[in-house]
Amino acid sequence: MNKIWLIIQREFLNRVQKKSFLITTILVPLIFPAIIGGMIYYMVQEAESAKPDTVQVVDESGKFSFENTKRFTYVKLAMPLEQAKKAYNESEDFALLYIPQFDINKPEGFAIYTKENPSIEKVDNLEDNLAERIRELKLEQFKVDEATLDALKTTVSLKQVSLSETGEEKSSNSGLLYGVGFVLGILIYMFVLVYGIQIMQGVIDEKTSKIVEVIVSSVKPFQLMMGKIIGIASVGLLQFTIWILIITFVSSSVLAYFGLKMPQEQMREQITNQISSPEAQEAVAAQNSKVVDFLGMLNEVNFAKIAVVFIFYFLGGYLMYGALFAAVGSAVDSIQESQQFQFPITLPLLIGYMSLFFVILRDPHGSMSFWLSIIPLTSPVAMVGRIAFGVPTWELALSMVLLVGGFVLTTWIAGRIYRVGILMTGTKVSWKVLAKWFMIKN
Amino acid sequence: MEALSIKNVSKRYTNHVALDNVSLTIPEKSIYGLLGPNGAGKTTLIRIINQIINAEEGEVFIFGEKLHEKHIGTIGYLPEERGLYKKLKVGEQLLYLAQLKGMSRSRAAEQSKKWLKKFQITDWWDKKVEDLSKGMAQKVQFISTVMHEPRLIILDEPFSGFDPINAQLITQEILGLRDNGSTIIFSTHRMETVEDLCDHIALINKSKKIIEGQKKQVKDQYKSNTFIVEHHGNNLQLAPERYQIIHQETLEDNLMVTTIKANADIKANQVIRELIDKTELQSFREKIPSMADIFIDLVKGEDDEALRKHLQEAV
Repeated sequence: MNKIWLIIQREFLNRVQKKSFLITTILVPLIFPAIIGGMIYYMVQEAESAKPDTVQVVDESGKFSFENTKRFTYVKLAMPLEQAKKAYNESEDFALLYIPQFDINKPEGFAIYTKENPSIEKVDNLEDNLAERIRELKLEQFKVDEATLDALKTTVSLKQVSLSETGEEKSSNSGLLYGVGFVLGILIYMFVLVYGIQIMQGVIDEKTSKIVEVIVSSVKPFQLMMGKIIGIASVGLLQFTIWILIITFVSSSVLAYFGLKMPQEQMREQITNQISSPEAQEAVAAQNSKVVDFLGMLNEVNFAKIAVVFIFYFLGGYLMYGALFAAVGSAVDSIQESQQFQFPITLPLLIGYMSLFFVILRDPHGSMSFWLSIIPLTSPVAMVGRIAFGVPTWELALSMVLLVGGFVLTTWIAGRIYRVGILMTGTKVSWKVLAKWFMIKN
Repeated sequence: MEALSIKNVSKRYTNHVALDNVSLTIPEKSIYGLLGPNGAGKTTLIRIINQIINAEEGEVFIFGEKLHEKHIGTIGYLPEERGLYKKLKVGEQLLYLAQLKGMSRSRAAEQSKKWLKKFQITDWWDKKVEDLSKGMAQKVQFISTVMHEPRLIILDEPFSGFDPINAQLITQEILGLRDNGSTIIFSTHRMETVEDLCDHIALINKSKKIIEGQKKQVKDQYKSNTFIVEHHGNNLQLAPERYQIIHQETLEDNLMVTTIKANADIKANQVIRELIDKTELQSFREKIPSMADIFIDLVKGEDDEALRKHLQEAV
């Protein structure tokens, strides 16, 4: 036991003392917000500084009058289309918009001519402008004024309440649950993959540097394997903790620095400022109560339970796959050689990850979701994706027991391959060879 | 007491037998040469002694006790395929390896400093292994093998890749360790090492022990009653039914050297008596076989079965 502890310490220090650890630990949480922030900034800048595009208009219907906007400057041409096309071709303008004679109940025949393919956004923008004008024409035709129309606007939002077996009522919000499941599932997938490969790399390094024979003359191969797996896990946990702290700190201090408020608050203020009629104020009040409801739902989600389940599957999944990665590392002499064994190992993990999008988050209580979250190889990702939606206790218990069982089983299998593999260099390894190693008596 | 007593150890793998009923006795404070061609089973035997793998049959006793996990610290092992953690500093490396052998951190620090000083390389403490030359790394490996003061030291081809100066240095240290009470096992192909250092040897071939004993006794056993004579005068004429002249050549000015193989029942004195009448003797010595001769003879010379019969008769 004492020796495992020594190995854990060594593996931990080896990685934590590296400069690259310091760099990735500090930079990763800063890089992503910086990239996203930079891209948004650039796009906003570009949109604001861009000159408006000139659109030539041939309006045969005579029903349109265009006002210039930030995006577009409109030039009306009083000539037939064919002639206009020629004129457009010689100009450097962005587009030629053609509006035929049309029936407002069936607006058809509109066209836009451009020299290069226009962006969807610009086309959408133009379409919106046309639709808006046609809508106005319709309102005139049906003799409806804007006020009547506003009075007709109706929205209904369903309050989602989940009724538990004991009859307890809980507000729920599928969007929120989706988000929670999505983020947690991806975190587990990434952690297992990134640190699993680190284990494999570590084993290969020990094997190729030939230190391993000296080490196994001092400790049992199984102790060496477990020490490495646990040591790397603690590096990962430390790194994750630091990331969460940095992200929390940076995002809150950045928001505070710019004097920004949460988006909902901002929206509410705008609405209050713009509208001052009594009905509108009522609507704002309703909006406020919705925000309160949302916060209430946040409270209703059992975060303590989710956190415990997450940590359990986080470690369980890592340990299970970690042992398999260690076994692969012990069998090969280089990372390149490991490819053929890596794929089958990561396949179930990938299945769990894909099913997160296509099955679990769409239908968290379906039978497919059930099986994926019970089978140990996919359960770490699948169950964590499901957990926020509420999983019956017996399912959770069964899945956890099976995961522990799966972990013990893979570790046992991996340990048997590992103890032989680390001492075998230069052998051509196939699945058959691995099976043979597994069968060798101690 | 014996440092190591290996009793009827066998180890089989799926396709072949690595060790077949091998028994060895390694006396305390000896330098013991474990010889044999590649693939003979030496590494398997060493791994069994180091408890890296288990014997299928048979037992191993170390200083009178049955081999057990607690003996890990008793043994220092330098494998043939040896390495170090490349990214780790020399000092950290030594501390870690010694602690894995069961030494306390403070004691390990004391010992590693002592050894670095002995080799005059104290300034390497903070160097990474990847920055060391091969010869430098070998010194560190040697220190890591012996710094936890093992009573039994197993060195697998310790001199491969060493330059003569380092080899000399390590040889001195090995002899020093022996004088301080350690027992040393060499596994090697290099016969000069065996001739110079070993006092006991064993030869393993095709998973079986062929011969074991004190080096001198083994050599005596393989003497072929052959004599090398330097003499003046003409070619020697000896009774062909009792003597066989293997080789004869003229060196200079009438001086000749002749190699004579006498029948088994003829003693050296008898040969001299015979020669004195026939020629003017300059020198006379018995031809003692080198370990290399014995090794090659035993491994190559004969078919396995016949060899064993021969040995049984000889004993």
